[in-house]
Amino acid sequence: MENTNKFSPEFGEKELDLLSRLSNALSVSGDEQEVREIVYAELEEFKDSMHTDAMGNVLVSRQGSGPNRVRVMIAGHMDEVGMMLTEEDGDGLFKFTIVGGVDPRQLVGKPVIVGRNHVPAVIGAKAIHLTTREERTQALKANQLRVDLGLGGSKLVEIGDRLTFDTKLAVLGPSLRGKALDDRLGVFNLIQLLKHAPENIDLLAAFTVQEELGLRGAKTSAYYFNPEVGIAMDSTPANDMPDFDGEDNPRYNTKLDGGPAIYLLDGATIGDHRLIKWLSETGDSEGIPYQYRQAGPGGTDAGSIHKTRAGVPSVSVSVPQRYLHSAAGLVRIDDVINTLKLMHAALSRLDRSILNSQER
Amino acid sequence: MAENFDLLKTLEMLVETPGPSGSERIIRNKIEDEIRDYVDDMYTDALGNLIARKGIKAEGGKRLMISAHTDEIGLMVTHIDENGFARFTAIGGVSPLTCLGNRVLFMNGTQGVIGIERLDANEQPSLPKLFIDTGATSKEDSKVTVGDVAGFERPFLNLGKRLVAKSMDDRAAVAVAIGAIKKMQAGPNEVYFVFSVQEEVGLRGSMTAAYGVDPEVGIAVDVTRTGDTPRSAKMEVALGNGPAIKVRDSSFLADPRVINWMVEEAKAQGMPYQMEVLEAGGTDGASIQKTRAGVPAGCLSIPCRYIHSPSEMIDRDDLEQCVDLLAGLVSKKIEL
Repeated sequence: MENTNKFSPEFGEKELDLLSRLSNALSVSGDEQEVREIVYAELEEFKDSMHTDAMGNVLVSRQGSGPNRVRVMIAGHMDEVGMMLTEEDGDGLFKFTIVGGVDPRQLVGKPVIVGRNHVPAVIGAKAIHLTTREERTQALKANQLRVDLGLGGSKLVEIGDRLTFDTKLAVLGPSLRGKALDDRLGVFNLIQLLKHAPENIDLLAAFTVQEELGLRGAKTSAYYFNPEVGIAMDSTPANDMPDFDGEDNPRYNTKLDGGPAIYLLDGATIGDHRLIKWLSETGDSEGIPYQYRQAGPGGTDAGSIHKTRAGVPSVSVSVPQRYLHSAAGLVRIDDVINTLKLMHAALSRLDRSILNSQER
Repeated sequence: MAENFDLLKTLEMLVETPGPSGSERIIRNKIEDEIRDYVDDMYTDALGNLIARKGIKAEGGKRLMISAHTDEIGLMVTHIDENGFARFTAIGGVSPLTCLGNRVLFMNGTQGVIGIERLDANEQPSLPKLFIDTGATSKEDSKVTVGDVAGFERPFLNLGKRLVAKSMDDRAAVAVAIGAIKKMQAGPNEVYFVFSVQEEVGLRGSMTAAYGVDPEVGIAVDVTRTGDTPRSAKMEVALGNGPAIKVRDSSFLADPRVINWMVEEAKAQGMPYQMEVLEAGGTDGASIQKTRAGVPAGCLSIPCRYIHSPSEMIDRDDLEQCVDLLAGLVSKKIEL
């Protein structure tokens, strides 16, 4: 099949600026307005074929022009894990609850931003000077911690406001360090795909909400689009360090520099064999590196998409990332670019015939 | 019963075919060959469910969905080390205890045995400690790679009244559905026999199949555990006491009208039956029930010992009675 529109993605100042804005935005599950606004601003050219649905998903239909176009839904989720204020506990001091999968052990001492105005605050704990030896062996739980906005802080926020880590995207040589790269990388790459969409498909882009709470936004998005193929673009842990005992580490999930991670099986989806083969053959023939994410727990929006209506063949592709769901994850710029390259090349050669094969 | 139909021979063929969740193509093709001459129409949907129709809805008839899942629990390779040992993860509810010393068969035909790292005193086996040894002497020599899928390997065992195999869950139910297809009488109902996929990983295939079929009544056919072995957890179901009619499990409450319909049919046929109240476990009935605007659904269960072990045991009479019960249910006019 001919690759009609070659596309060589780059990561220059413009791309860094967009990804920085996406990564630095506060968009904890259930309040994705800030990322939604960035998506709308970036996709001005699609405004006539874009809408926000009842749950808050941004849905964009980009029609191709070729014959027999396959209807492909691609999801990138706009939400991130974080926290929510639950109860005032003195002026500027708040109890909070965790939203999504956040390890409470990493909360102590973190600068955070609260609410749509990004009010600065800190999650504090007793200083080491005052702790006992035994206290230092116990991890503090979220209900033992408070968010401290300082005196007068109570006037600046409301109960129910979301908060996240105060981390700004940074370039570290060939790497990027930032928060919420799960899944702003998916949002970023989906915006690029829309702008350079191959003509042989109808690209049904879903910027989804509430993925981190159970793949919720993707469920209604997929019902709306009723696609023939579903793909989730996400980010997945890279646990690619040697084991501390010096033994071979067989449970790395993915590795940095290995290229996009194609999912075989996770806790929510068994990847469609035909789509896995389509992606890997694209990588092989176009010389784009890729890796298989190790089968195991976890889930992406594909978990909702494939069970929609009478079923949708689905697969996931993720950018490998160290320290996922923490204040700062780390990814390789090349992995981000190669993910976009693989997706674009694969979509450019997508033909309905792959779905008819007996390989399902 | 159709001529030349040998239930045990069909069952033996089904249980010895590998087909973990997501890798149901081979078992699906075998089922297609079994039923092709007995159904009016069949197709495979987007997720791989085989959907076979028999009959067309007539005056007073209903559109029925019968679901028996084709998949079984299994393993997927996650890593091959330098010496050719394959690390793996579970597909569905695989117990590390039943893995020890077991043999596996990969979808590409490769065989292997499961070994374990040295455990500390009192340490329980866990999946990360286990590995598959395919006889490879190095990574390069390995005939399997990351993503390859294996099922457990164990031949069918006929103990006379009791039958044993690795995947009675749910190939015994597949055999029951095939038997019902061959035995059912022409009636007013439009019956869709769904041979579903990915049940063991979350009732997934039946969810999309039910959406596509849009049935008026649904029945899952599956195995259920028993309470008739030494010091087992208490449960009122025993091998040999007849088909089990599900009242509840942890995934759904069977529709009382469907329960009653099944009980009345068993009585009409003069066969024994037992009521099943299962404390933990789920079946395709749960996903059928919640489809679209809701579907009255129940479940016909085949009593089974040692579920999710490589030696699942059922009773031959229970099996044959389940065929008769299901064939009777779908053949007649249904009043719920």
